[in-house]
Amino acid sequence: MKNNLMCLRGLLLLIACLLMPVLAQATPVQLKIAFLTQKMPAAAALSNLDPVLIDEGLQGARLGIADNNTTGQFTGHQYSLQYVELAAGADVGQAFERLLAEGYQYVIVDVQHVSLLALAKRARENNVLLFNVSLADGELRNESCANNLFHLIPSYEMQADALAQFMLKKRWNKWFLVKGNEPDDKRFAAAIKRSAKRFGMKIVAEKSWSFEHDTRRTAQAEIPVFTQGADYDVLLVADVKGLFGDYLPMNTWLPRPIAGTQGMVPRAWHRTHERWGAVQMQNRFYTQAGRWMNDVDYASWLAVRTVGEAVTRTNSTDSTAIKAFILSDKFSLAGFKGTKLTFRPWNQQLRQPVLLATPRSTVSVLPHKEFLHPLTYLDTLGYDKPESSCSFNQ
Amino acid sequence: MNKYLLLLALCVSTSFADTLYITLEKDNALAVVDGASGTLLKTVPLGQRPRGLALSKNGSLLYVAASDDDTIQILDTNTLKVIGDLPAGEDPETFRIHPNGRWLYVSNEDDNIVTVVDVEKRSVITEISVGVEPEGIAISSDGLWVVNTSETTNMVHWIDPRQQGITDNTLVDPRPRAAEFSVDNKSLFVTSEIAGSLSRIDVASKQVEQQLSFRIPGVDQELIQPVGVLAHPDNRLLFVALGPANRVAVVDIQKMEVIKYLLVGQRVWNLAFSPDLKRLYTTNGVSNDISIIELDSLKVTKSLRVGHYPWGITVKDD
Repeated sequence: MKNNLMCLRGLLLLIACLLMPVLAQATPVQLKIAFLTQKMPAAAALSNLDPVLIDEGLQGARLGIADNNTTGQFTGHQYSLQYVELAAGADVGQAFERLLAEGYQYVIVDVQHVSLLALAKRARENNVLLFNVSLADGELRNESCANNLFHLIPSYEMQADALAQFMLKKRWNKWFLVKGNEPDDKRFAAAIKRSAKRFGMKIVAEKSWSFEHDTRRTAQAEIPVFTQGADYDVLLVADVKGLFGDYLPMNTWLPRPIAGTQGMVPRAWHRTHERWGAVQMQNRFYTQAGRWMNDVDYASWLAVRTVGEAVTRTNSTDSTAIKAFILSDKFSLAGFKGTKLTFRPWNQQLRQPVLLATPRSTVSVLPHKEFLHPLTYLDTLGYDKPESSCSFNQ
Repeated sequence: MNKYLLLLALCVSTSFADTLYITLEKDNALAVVDGASGTLLKTVPLGQRPRGLALSKNGSLLYVAASDDDTIQILDTNTLKVIGDLPAGEDPETFRIHPNGRWLYVSNEDDNIVTVVDVEKRSVITEISVGVEPEGIAISSDGLWVVNTSETTNMVHWIDPRQQGITDNTLVDPRPRAAEFSVDNKSLFVTSEIAGSLSRIDVASKQVEQQLSFRIPGVDQELIQPVGVLAHPDNRLLFVALGPANRVAVVDIQKMEVIKYLLVGQRVWNLAFSPDLKRLYTTNGVSNDISIIELDSLKVTKSLRVGHYPWGITVKDD
């Protein structure tokens, strides 16, 4: 009887021992990422062709979390996403403080320029890493750059440089620049001018579209008149919200191609992109979201994958260790663009090829190999180290 | 008449003759090439987007993954007619057959699984969950290990065929593509497309032992994207296809050093030896041809146009 009891105890002990590692595996390291987005009033659409997206970015982040968790099942990491959506007038700072209180160290931000600057300060004070997935203006990567802020979306300057390199190769050296009135239009136009200078292009004419006409009725009449004047090779348009740019193709006085925010567009991602395994990404995203992936989705996916890759490689969840790894030589991300993606240490912008696309085809992927650079050809796009005015110490 | 010519061509080839089967990704077809003479014998229609392929153990059947048809087609190697298909999960790409001749392991890229198929019963044995975008499959010749690489998870998953489940995982460089066991099954070689590197993993400890980064003077580092890898039975040389670098690296296995880079066609994907080990064949996706390399001299002797986007290759001893 006693012997039997002993046996039973031994058996129980054995079972307990066998179970231990299983239990240890059953409680993976948790890593939480927040997605903070502020809805902006939808711009007056030129047409009803494109549905207004209510889940832009979120779907990319969700897919990234799913991908990270697939890896996590082998590494013992579990990723979760908290989605915080704020109304147009809501207090972004307050929402961010709540995330800080809840212990979030990784926050994907899809907010306005002013809000981001305020968040960046608080992020630095609290050792939190921010991932910008939607703002493309150069100032955030230069004068207003911030220590704990990473940029996943290509800057306007990277986009414009991609266009300029393409034009240089085509020898379309004379540009007609048409810009809108919005702040982002001005930023994109400034990037276009910077690229023109950088690649020896000439802006032979520049005009602002001021919405003095009812273009819905008179595009055919107005655009030819508006574009009369100088001879040029290509018309570059800066209309970020898409308020008039789509009227330009086929309506210009001279038969010329359109590029920029409409016509042939520079993109981080495009539904026509299918090289380097991108088809798998397109399919996975479509299955999940029921729509095609856009730039903000792609940037959000990259943000989540950046964290996931760093956590997997360092086996740490501490933001200081993760940041150090992300900026080290050891970090590289595969983003379906045929080359590894890394961060520029001088402004924490993700290096990446830019796609030039028309609605139904990817025309080219820039930079082309002919654009040489001592470090990496990817640094021929955007602010290179010597041009950067970013200083993280301020 | 053509039939007789083909028959004649087959008869003329000596006992060293070999037949190459090459999948043409964009032609939805199979190119059949006489290896010794380097001539295209015929082209056979297949399912959509054919990629991975392998012969049955006795060489009588040819299995071809028709990725966009979500199936593996079975061809009779005598008639080259499709005689059936295997359930292969969605978007099958690469697969290998276990030395027992019965279990076929195929990666299903979109579903993050490896499907195990019984080729005799033509039924699915099980599905094994792996990392994101499973790609390469390799099986040790002793049949003890099946490995699968996952491109986005960046891991090698070690599948024990006796349990049909994962027992170990090894983290490797970004975007692992192909894997190949050394002839003695002591090492596993894995190519990483984005990192431009080759890892040698110790099979016993499952740890990365040594790494090699490819560098070619005058070729952009970004273009060096290692894909297919093939170990020579002498256990001395390893051949690595470098994708858009348009070269095959000849690697000394012991030193893990590149002996030579061989210039081949554009975007070289996959590799295969002739059965007599006189020749190495490469499929070149962009230039639509195959390159034939003489192994004794390590020289590229011929290139042959075979059709659009040649991808997979397997060789049959005639």
